[in-house]
Amino acid sequence: MTHPTPAVTDHWDQVREAAEAVLGDEIVEYIRTAAAQPEPASELISVLHKVQARYGYLDTEHLDAVAQLLQVPAATVSGVATFYHFFRLNKPARYSISVCMGTACYVKGADKVVNRLQEELGIDIGETTSDGLFGLQQARCLGTCGLAPVMMVNDDVLSRVTPEAIPAILDRYAKQSRQDSS
Amino acid sequence: MAGRVKELYRELVERAHTVTSAAQHEDSTVIQVGNATCENAAGSREVLHEFRKYIAASGKEDRIVLRETGCTGRCSCEPIVGVTRPGQTMVKYQKVDAEATHRIFTQHVLEGHPVPDLLLDAQMGTSPLKLLFCRSRRCADSMQGDYAEMCREKLADAGLDYVVDDIVSANCFGLCRSEMVGRLGHLMVLPDKVVYRLRNEADLDTIIAQHIQGGRIVDTLRIGDEPFSGRFFEMYGDVAFFNRQDRIALRHSGVIDPESLQEYIAEDGYQALAAVLERDDPAWVIEQVSRSRLRGRGGGGYPTGTKWDMARKAQADTKYIICNADEGDPGAFMDRSMLEGDPFSVLEGLTIGGYAIGARKGFFYIRAEYPLAIKRIQHAIDQARLNNLLGPDILGSGFDFDVEIRLGAGAFVCGEETALIHSIEGRRGEPRIRPPYPTESGLWGKPTVINNVETFANIAVVCDYGADWFANIGTAESGGTKVFALAGKVEHTGMVEVPMGMTLREIVFEIGGGVPDGKELKAVQTGGPAGGCLPAKWLDLPVDFRTLGEAGSIMGSGGMIVMDEDDCMVDIAKFFLVFSQDESCGKCTPCREGSRRMLEILERITGGTGTPQDLDNLERLAILMQKSSLCGLGRAAPNPVLSTLREFRDEYLAHVEEQRCPAHRCVALLRFQIDPEKCVGCTACARNCPVLCIQGKAKQVHEIDQSRCIKCGRCVEVCRFSAVDRL
Repeated sequence: MTHPTPAVTDHWDQVREAAEAVLGDEIVEYIRTAAAQPEPASELISVLHKVQARYGYLDTEHLDAVAQLLQVPAATVSGVATFYHFFRLNKPARYSISVCMGTACYVKGADKVVNRLQEELGIDIGETTSDGLFGLQQARCLGTCGLAPVMMVNDDVLSRVTPEAIPAILDRYAKQSRQDSS
Repeated sequence: MAGRVKELYRELVERAHTVTSAAQHEDSTVIQVGNATCENAAGSREVLHEFRKYIAASGKEDRIVLRETGCTGRCSCEPIVGVTRPGQTMVKYQKVDAEATHRIFTQHVLEGHPVPDLLLDAQMGTSPLKLLFCRSRRCADSMQGDYAEMCREKLADAGLDYVVDDIVSANCFGLCRSEMVGRLGHLMVLPDKVVYRLRNEADLDTIIAQHIQGGRIVDTLRIGDEPFSGRFFEMYGDVAFFNRQDRIALRHSGVIDPESLQEYIAEDGYQALAAVLERDDPAWVIEQVSRSRLRGRGGGGYPTGTKWDMARKAQADTKYIICNADEGDPGAFMDRSMLEGDPFSVLEGLTIGGYAIGARKGFFYIRAEYPLAIKRIQHAIDQARLNNLLGPDILGSGFDFDVEIRLGAGAFVCGEETALIHSIEGRRGEPRIRPPYPTESGLWGKPTVINNVETFANIAVVCDYGADWFANIGTAESGGTKVFALAGKVEHTGMVEVPMGMTLREIVFEIGGGVPDGKELKAVQTGGPAGGCLPAKWLDLPVDFRTLGEAGSIMGSGGMIVMDEDDCMVDIAKFFLVFSQDESCGKCTPCREGSRRMLEILERITGGTGTPQDLDNLERLAILMQKSSLCGLGRAAPNPVLSTLREFRDEYLAHVEEQRCPAHRCVALLRFQIDPEKCVGCTACARNCPVLCIQGKAKQVHEIDQSRCIKCGRCVEVCRFSAVDRL
């Protein structure tokens, strides 16, 4: 593979500027460095990681902009973004709760934790509460099996979670959110 | 040129020693706190923060050193804190919280009195004396006769048995390297921290008379400064858990600061790379790795030396070497622990591998879900570059090699090597047909070697200590050790590294402490979603790639999950199939469709609508999928189903013939009933029942209306009198 060939779009300058405006300076700079590497197309996944780290998820307009700037077909970008579980295509909740469904957590009762969360939040797996505060997911093994069952709330890892502890945990984050906004 | 490598390495070592010794005053107290994902989850960050506060408050910043290390794998006891007072052995504490931190600091660090009730494994008791005999093959073969038994008799004869609390045949101490000549065995005396070499019975007599009876160390027989032995005790204060383990791949995990290249070098780090570059003979490296009988630790068990040899012989201008750190098996966390606890050893192994096959570029393919591991590896790469251990002209040898991190994005199939290659290339991680194998045509069509983290962690040791030493630790077919992540229904969950060929019983019961709450062990699951469930009858099976395969499971990457009588094997099979079905990339039909249909059948069985015919269909589908899927994921996905069908057929039959789940796990087959003998009429169940199907007045026996019960189990949870039975 060679360096990206110059675009042949009629209004390339406008297209490029629009794409750059969507992604922001930091990511545009990252893509520029990536495009100068020997195999630019191979940087696609790391670019998507950057975008998700910055915006929390991958919107359709992000994907299109990445396709333009990296000069990779939009179908390829969308194919990659949908293939990998790690990439989110919808806006995440303020607090994203992932309950580990690894074997160790499962045998230690992670399913009961999920049930209780569903009950308390009134949402199903993959959904977000109407106020956008909590989202619920099942996670692949988080590799913290010794402390099973485990769940993550954003970047916090909570260990040895019991269904009884759920209401207090949710309260804590709801309170935190109120404090942050006030 | 060759002399230059040695010279430059010596400079690095000297610098490392200056830095590390400057950090450790002889009269300072060292507090060691684990810093790895699981330690942090257990609360080690807070502990660290508390200690910082106390140290600052005490005004003794110059006398108290706070160190961070990776984890030693004692997950169930974390956070772990080690305290080393000047001139003393390390004392370790378990499950340390803020309050414990305060007590440890005031009583032990400042006053010098250890806090007994917080000690790690305190329940195991500290004995007056404990003798450990090395029973590695080299020691056992060269010592004719069972010295442990002989010692027991001699002590009894001399009336000294009360002095010695325990005599243990322990695994290889790892002292064999400099002791290769002649007939020798090794004996360790605890808590005195002495290792003796034993040549004959007379030596044993001398040790008993002088040391055990007289309390004087026998200097003539004592072993001096050996890399593994000298520091053995400082490394692991909790010998009871470790004396049956061998720590090779995990040799530095939880011992050194994973973000300090100097500490790594001070522990003989990069000695192997320097020696390899000095020797200037890639073929020698490959010969060593082949002779060591090191097999791929990712689960496939392919001989590493053979793989490297093929890549070396492939004709190409560019070659690549990749470290597969896309650890995705549910229940496995060995790789994360090694990357977080000892990143330099993996990097060194990768560099040596690159040199051996003739690659100038290497990749780490790491899961994005492991942020701390990514940070540590990036840090290690940066440090290595700064110190001429990566980049152009490494240690003046003329060998150029650099490494880049590529992040996975949560696709289990990317553990398969061709899928992994596609992912590094920035594409969907779908596998392709092999051959050609990656060693012939891999990344961007170039010869590529892909090995697992643990494989690379072993390479430096093989080069340092010699292929024969390594081969001798394991079995005739497979050298060295294997790291397992022990989890599930077992007392001590955590990371365990044992020689190949150790039995499941030793791992689960002697290291793992057995099944908690006096329950019965039902099965041990190895190999994750690609493996099988081994029932109790296989407990005496020596663990190796071939033996596990013959028993119907696989070694896998090292997940080991213990299941007890409360686990339903049909449910477990379904659990793994849900995983495989979800992770199937969809490229080939047998895997995409087969896994879905099998899952539907299993859902029927656990849902109470299965028929005996379903079992035959399940088996046929499983075998078909095994034979015709494109890659390892699809070929191995039926293993959990087939192994449980074979070993636990009665459980399946109970589900389909009697609509009963023997483990009381499958909710649809359960019936909840209130025991009139136990019910006191507290109304807790009736108040908590979401469908209000429990009738009964206060202080009278309650009853569940089976026709309306949704089997949620809430009544069982809330009953404080265990009056609700699951039938």
